[in-house]
Amino acid sequence: MMTALQVTLLVLVAAGATAVVLTRDPIRQVVSVSIYGLLLAVLFMAFQAPDVTLSELTVGAVALPLLLLLTLAKVRKQEE
Amino acid sequence: MSIFPFVVVAWVCAVGLYGIITSRHLVHQIVCLIVVQSSTYILLLGVGYKTGAVAPYFYDIPLNTPAVDPVVQALALTDVVVEAAVTALLLAFAVQAHKRFGTLDPEELRQFQG
Amino acid sequence: MTPRQRRWIFLVAGGGFLAFYLWGLIGLPGFGNYPGPYGDIINAIAVPQTHATGVVSAVNFEYRAFDTLGEEFILFIAATGVATVLRHLREERDTSAVDEAKNRDVPATSDAIAMVTLAFIGPTIVVGWYLASHAQTSPSGGFQGGIVLATAFVLVYLAGQFIVFKRLSPIALTDAIEAIGAGSFAAVGIAALALGAAYLTNILPLGSTPGAVNSAGTIALISFFVGVEVAAAFILIIGELLEQTLIVREGDR
Repeated sequence: MMTALQVTLLVLVAAGATAVVLTRDPIRQVVSVSIYGLLLAVLFMAFQAPDVTLSELTVGAVALPLLLLLTLAKVRKQEE
Repeated sequence: MSIFPFVVVAWVCAVGLYGIITSRHLVHQIVCLIVVQSSTYILLLGVGYKTGAVAPYFYDIPLNTPAVDPVVQALALTDVVVEAAVTALLLAFAVQAHKRFGTLDPEELRQFQG
Repeated sequence: MTPRQRRWIFLVAGGGFLAFYLWGLIGLPGFGNYPGPYGDIINAIAVPQTHATGVVSAVNFEYRAFDTLGEEFILFIAATGVATVLRHLREERDTSAVDEAKNRDVPATSDAIAMVTLAFIGPTIVVGWYLASHAQTSPSGGFQGGIVLATAFVLVYLAGQFIVFKRLSPIALTDAIEAIGAGSFAAVGIAALALGAAYLTNILPLGSTPGAVNSAGTIALISFFVGVEVAAAFILIIGELLEQTLIVREGDR
């Protein structure tokens, strides 16, 4: 049995994953992937996994966007 | 209807793989790999979920309360952090590739094979 | 192989995978019908056995501690790999670093941003420390706490203080702290061997009250070392990338 909240979040996560993949510009993709990370974190909360929620929040909202942006900044600088 | 979460897992995994094979930018490809990996977390937590159960923390609830499986949660938890480290390593390789070949397009990089 | 061919192969393979996957799913217990018994047994015995109320942490740092040790070393090796690859690049570039500093306009950080960021550094450190040291009681642990602690250092950089960031986290020191964090985890296991128990046995007193901060023996200790290792690994990775991106900014000041 699933609650309405879980169904809604699962649909949002599926849509979010699709949006991340279809965002072809890497800089815009950084924004969409961090929003996707937040959606996952909320879904894990609804799956009764607060520990994984914290982990996904710190990684998805902080570490990954930072690493991606720094890489893109570096690549852009090499192009100049 | 009870298989819906696992269908979402398959969708997330497939859409990520589709992104990887059609990608024209290494950083985009790495982000698609993150999406593929995220499907495993949903799968793990979905397998361990029990209807009506609480999170496995017995700080202020009695010991015999039904709780969801903590083992899969422990696996997913460490995976999330390891994923970030692996992504960092891949990004470093992408920077290296761009430095040496001046492009991040996998199709163009192919011609430097050898 | 052209992209077009590749897409077709993917569609055929993906269709086949999806068909077999759905076929397999129908025969399995659906969502919410967890069959057990592994999780149920752990839930029943973990609190009396380890005096940790956070069963996920008990699994991570006690029942599956050996597995976590492996995962921690994945992190360790990944950070080392990033450092190796990027340092190699830096040496290549040192000869041509001069001309790149020309006509580049680095915007200064505004005072408002610097103020807010600096105000957040203290609370961030406290939250990170809290998370890393409360694995045994509540949803937290070294993995999450470590990243939050690393964030505090990034805030220093965000406030426009790249020089301070470098001074606070010199690469040699971060390297050493990362190694100490990873090594201490392994050493906790070896200490158990020295006492004649199996590797990573919980050898410390468990405390009298489950849920107290000083309970659960080595679980708290290992979680703390993991926090140190994760924080150092991420500061190292971010520091290496910043060094690459922002050599110019340092030159300006």
